[in-house]
Amino acid sequence: MVTPLKLRRLHGLFCVYKPLGVHWKLVRDTIETNLLKGNVAPPPALPHKVRFLAEPSPTGEAGAAASLSAAPVPALSHHPLVTGPEFQHIRVGVGHRLDAASSGVLVLAVGNGNKALDDLYKTRVTRDYMLECEFGMATKDFSHTGRVVEKSTYGHITLDKLERVLAMLEGANQKATRMFSNVDMSSQEAYELAVQGLLGPDGKSAPILTGLRCVHFQPPSFTLEVQCLNETQKYLRKVVHEIGLELRSTAVCKNVRRTRDGLFTSRQALTRNQWSAADVMQAVQQHRYTKKTEKTVRKRSEESSAATRQSKADVMSSHRGKEHGS
Amino acid sequence: MSMAMASACGQLCMRCRGSLSSKTAVWRCYSHVRHLIPRTRQLLKSFDGLFITKRLASTQTGLSWKQQMCCYSDLAEKHLTADAKDNKHTKELTKTSITQITNTLMPSTDVLSMTEHPAFLDLDDAAESSALEEICDEEAISISVPSSLPPTSTSLRDYVEKSETLSKLVELGVNLWKLEQRPNVGSMLLRLDFKTDVAPRLMFLKEIGVKDSCFGYIITHNPFVLCENIENLQDRVTYLKSRKFSSETVASMVSRAPYLLNFNVKRLDNRLGFYQQQLQLSASNTRNLVARLPKLLCVSLEPVKENLKVCEIELGFKQNEIQHIVVAVPKVLTANKRKLTQIFDFLHNTMKVPHYLIAKFPQVLNTKYLRVRERHLFLEYLQKAQYDPTLPNYISLDRMVSLPDEAFCTELALSTVEDFYLFQKTL
Repeated sequence: MVTPLKLRRLHGLFCVYKPLGVHWKLVRDTIETNLLKGNVAPPPALPHKVRFLAEPSPTGEAGAAASLSAAPVPALSHHPLVTGPEFQHIRVGVGHRLDAASSGVLVLAVGNGNKALDDLYKTRVTRDYMLECEFGMATKDFSHTGRVVEKSTYGHITLDKLERVLAMLEGANQKATRMFSNVDMSSQEAYELAVQGLLGPDGKSAPILTGLRCVHFQPPSFTLEVQCLNETQKYLRKVVHEIGLELRSTAVCKNVRRTRDGLFTSRQALTRNQWSAADVMQAVQQHRYTKKTEKTVRKRSEESSAATRQSKADVMSSHRGKEHGS
Repeated sequence: MSMAMASACGQLCMRCRGSLSSKTAVWRCYSHVRHLIPRTRQLLKSFDGLFITKRLASTQTGLSWKQQMCCYSDLAEKHLTADAKDNKHTKELTKTSITQITNTLMPSTDVLSMTEHPAFLDLDDAAESSALEEICDEEAISISVPSSLPPTSTSLRDYVEKSETLSKLVELGVNLWKLEQRPNVGSMLLRLDFKTDVAPRLMFLKEIGVKDSCFGYIITHNPFVLCENIENLQDRVTYLKSRKFSSETVASMVSRAPYLLNFNVKRLDNRLGFYQQQLQLSASNTRNLVARLPKLLCVSLEPVKENLKVCEIELGFKQNEIQHIVVAVPKVLTANKRKLTQIFDFLHNTMKVPHYLIAKFPQVLNTKYLRVRERHLFLEYLQKAQYDPTLPNYISLDRMVSLPDEAFCTELALSTVEDFYLFQKTL
């Protein structure tokens, strides 16, 4: 049961599994409509206003002045059928978008969570895709529903050749990562960032695949798993097309499916039957809870590692003292 | 002159700080006063600005706001006098400001002192009597009280209490908020008189057999039923009854299609004839069809003709199949063509269901495409997708589509609902 008070206090992030063939805006509008519809609190009692109502005079004389009596009357100007619903709009924002021909995890934010969406864009969170592809065809828009441009054989392709091509692509993307990081490669700063694993593209850049591997290979179909930054789904389909060209054949992408967006995985995503207001509220709370527990766990692990380091240093110094002494 | 002004302003600010508690007031006072220094001629404008600023700092109390107002108003007053005289700004400013600020505990007395000041210019020249004077009864009666109703408004909220029509409509359950967003409907409703316009038509609807609880729905969707001529409404109902629609059917048709009685007899006749001819149905079948979807008599006929052509040419159904489909699921006639072809394409080309089976279970054409797709792919994954009635393990299309999720999973797919939802996330 969602009350207006709960709706007013609903702020946070959650993720939804966008089905294939549906525009992301439709998903966002459906969620907003469901949140507004789920608001089922009974309407508050109407405020009363004092009005002077004319009473017929008790004697019924013609021409006698009617006496007025004061009575509280419900003020109809506050009736919900006259003022409209209490909530006419809820701010629901969308994170990284998915085009209509793809499916997968779509991050949405409610209320003040929209500010967190901004941070999500700025930080370099990677996204995880599964690309289901097929050899033998090349189409105009790189997907299997486009106009076929070329058909070719694929009998000569082996897993070994495919992996060689994928390794080459990964190398090229690593180079692109370093290029877009705006840091001089021969500097101490670059080394420190690389050691911590923070070397990456700075702000907007070309799409970069940070990870690429083949999980299923059975010609003509094969599946790739990709981790990437700053990408669009059309770019991923183009990558598949280029892999086909590298292998002296053609390839087309049948399905682009996002399995992870930053911290949100498809395990937490809400399916179509779970897009009601109560489920959304639960998902928001769940995400907040997991973030909190993660923070505490990380803090504890940092403290414990700091403590062990300290104890180790003490032991070392005591050893050295003993050596010097002896 | 400017130096003297500056020193005076400085002194003023010192005093301000003493009396007024908040820093923002001081800042405002000081900053405004600083602006005065370079612009001697525009002093009046800046003082007006002081007068107009009503935004209060949150720390100020109401009393201190009045102090500030009096301080500013006094400055303005002083400036007006100074403007008239055009010299000795500074001395007057400092003198009166000191006196005003020390006496700020009684703002009313300050006001009086303002009016009593000999040099105070009354901007309204006419001598008006105070509102607290006593007047005789004849004068009291002759005073005209302006009505509290605004002459124009964007919402019916302002008029609902005073207007009998609007309050009765709200009691019936009419959604005025929705109606006032349509152009001109709000003013039309206001102009209606309850006793002469609304009541007779509601009585007429009641006589036909429409339930009282439906009145709100009908008027919300079709407010123009309150403008129709009652003889016309009567004619249309008699026409429908002459076509052998029973009175309960007519009542239910009117409740479900509120615009029905706004169409004239010729148009209703035209439409009934069209459905009978095009679909080659018997009279009773046509009656049945229209009774189940009364909207058919209200929509325009072009989309219906296009839908029929789509069924015949694009989808490839035969005439008797189309007849059967339409009688079973009338909504196909008003469905979206793109969605219809999308779901038929999936049924026929991906699920390999032949035409005669789709015609046997026409409700599959009425379902959501995503629902059919998810369920079929789940059955295919479990290798249970078998829709041919002659082979074993047959799954009927109507059950596959109409059962709720739990029943579908347990009975047809022989699996759990959680598995189904997990599978949906892999599509």
